Amino acid sequence: MEIHRQVKYEEELDPGFASAVAAEPGGEGIWDCLQCGTCSAICPVSVYMDRTPREIVGLVRAGFREEVLAAVSPWICTSCYACTVECPAGIRITDIMYIVKRMAMKEGIRHRFVIPAIEEAFVEMVRRHGRLTEGRMGIKVAWKSGLRNAASMVPVAWKLLRKDRLKILRAERMRDPASLRAVLDGVGARPAKRPTPKGVPA
Amino acid sequence: MTEYLYYPGCSVKGAGQPYERSLLAVFRALGQGLTEIDDWNCCGATAYLSVDQDMALLLASRNLALAERAAGKDVVAPCSGCFLALTKAQETLKEYPEHRARVVEALGRAQLAYRGTARVRHPLEVLLRDVGAEEIQRRVKRPLKHLRVAPYYGCAILRPYQSVDDAHTPHVLEDLIRLTGATAVDFAHKSRCCGGMLTTGVQTVGLRLVEILLDAAKQVEADVIVTTCPLCQYNLEVYQDRLRKVTGNRYDIPILYFTQLLGLALGLSDAELGMDMLLRVPVLAAVKA
Repeated sequence: MEIHRQVKYEEELDPGFASAVAAEPGGEGIWDCLQCGTCSAICPVSVYMDRTPREIVGLVRAGFREEVLAAVSPWICTSCYACTVECPAGIRITDIMYIVKRMAMKEGIRHRFVIPAIEEAFVEMVRRHGRLTEGRMGIKVAWKSGLRNAASMVPVAWKLLRKDRLKILRAERMRDPASLRAVLDGVGARPAKRPTPKGVPA
Repeated sequence: MTEYLYYPGCSVKGAGQPYERSLLAVFRALGQGLTEIDDWNCCGATAYLSVDQDMALLLASRNLALAERAAGKDVVAPCSGCFLALTKAQETLKEYPEHRARVVEALGRAQLAYRGTARVRHPLEVLLRDVGAEEIQRRVKRPLKHLRVAPYYGCAILRPYQSVDDAHTPHVLEDLIRLTGATAVDFAHKSRCCGGMLTTGVQTVGLRLVEILLDAAKQVEADVIVTTCPLCQYNLEVYQDRLRKVTGNRYDIPILYFTQLLGLALGLSDAELGMDMLLRVPVLAAVKA
């Protein structure tokens, strides 16, 4: 068994990380955290997280950029906003999760985890059609989430198809999706293209 | 009669069809007008905000700018996800002038003006506040006596913005259920997360969240669960069989939209309300009698 250093040296931290997070809408409150843990207690999915919401906030403040951006937690966050409503310091923790996700996306930190890929597929589809066709999205998700998962979705899809609630052949689209793309490109936004993977955390 | 703008969102055009049908039918029956916003686009949901904030704000605000053209009319957004995405964009642009300037400029180039004046509302609150309890009660033709209903709000209409109701002690949904003549059971998990997108992305987690809600509804002996959101309805309804396979517990509880419940009480037909499109159609023996 290989032995690794478990503790980071201070010079390995990113002292500007917390300020970068605080500069984004909703990130300001990061300085007010007392590490009480109310967020982690109320969070319905914290028991599945590699770093609880309290830890994420603490790590951001301490400058553990690498650890935070590699964490799976923000991608498990369902944006239920329970933490945001309960936080006694009024910190918008859900927004901080979003900020962290955007930073990870931007840096091309890829997880073997499926959610970021789903978000990208969503963005691509909306850019093309202006709207989302759930049936087609479902196929993409199933594809990305592995054969076993895909197979488990077949009975569900069949039932919905029979009830006319699943559209696959006909895309839900705007009359003029180009008019939306014109707006999106107005801020210099490019289509979400896959950035080159930097590190794939195990 | 009040005229509203209608922002459907993608979900009610797909798996959420029963929601759109029943919403339109109920508003028609109560004499309220809904006009669909012309060539609306996706609200951005939670996905865009995880990828690019400017694009997320633009997607939502383009719809708001379209709505502002019909000044004075409120926007009714039945999907909780859309309701939150539109509200959140509006609040963010109000709070952060830099982002607002970028959005206004980009929309301006497409000949769209954004002022942030459109009022975004959820139909549950519109029905109770604008139409009013008295008027609804007066129109009830078929009280749903003996029906035990679990009120399930989900997250997005209660948190973080609380324009629909208080996040900790909401009661609008219970109020509506009582107006239909049904019993609103005490449902402790009424604003607990349904799993959102996790049911498709990370099934172990998603299914567990669904299981918690279905178990709670079973425990209080609810006949049906009533939802206010297409994603909640989908998660609670579609995964019952899968959960049975995983846990061995049997789940067989119909998941209705609040508009379907109200429509039934107003005497509308099953077809008008999209009842036949549900995977589990409630046996409303008590209602038919």
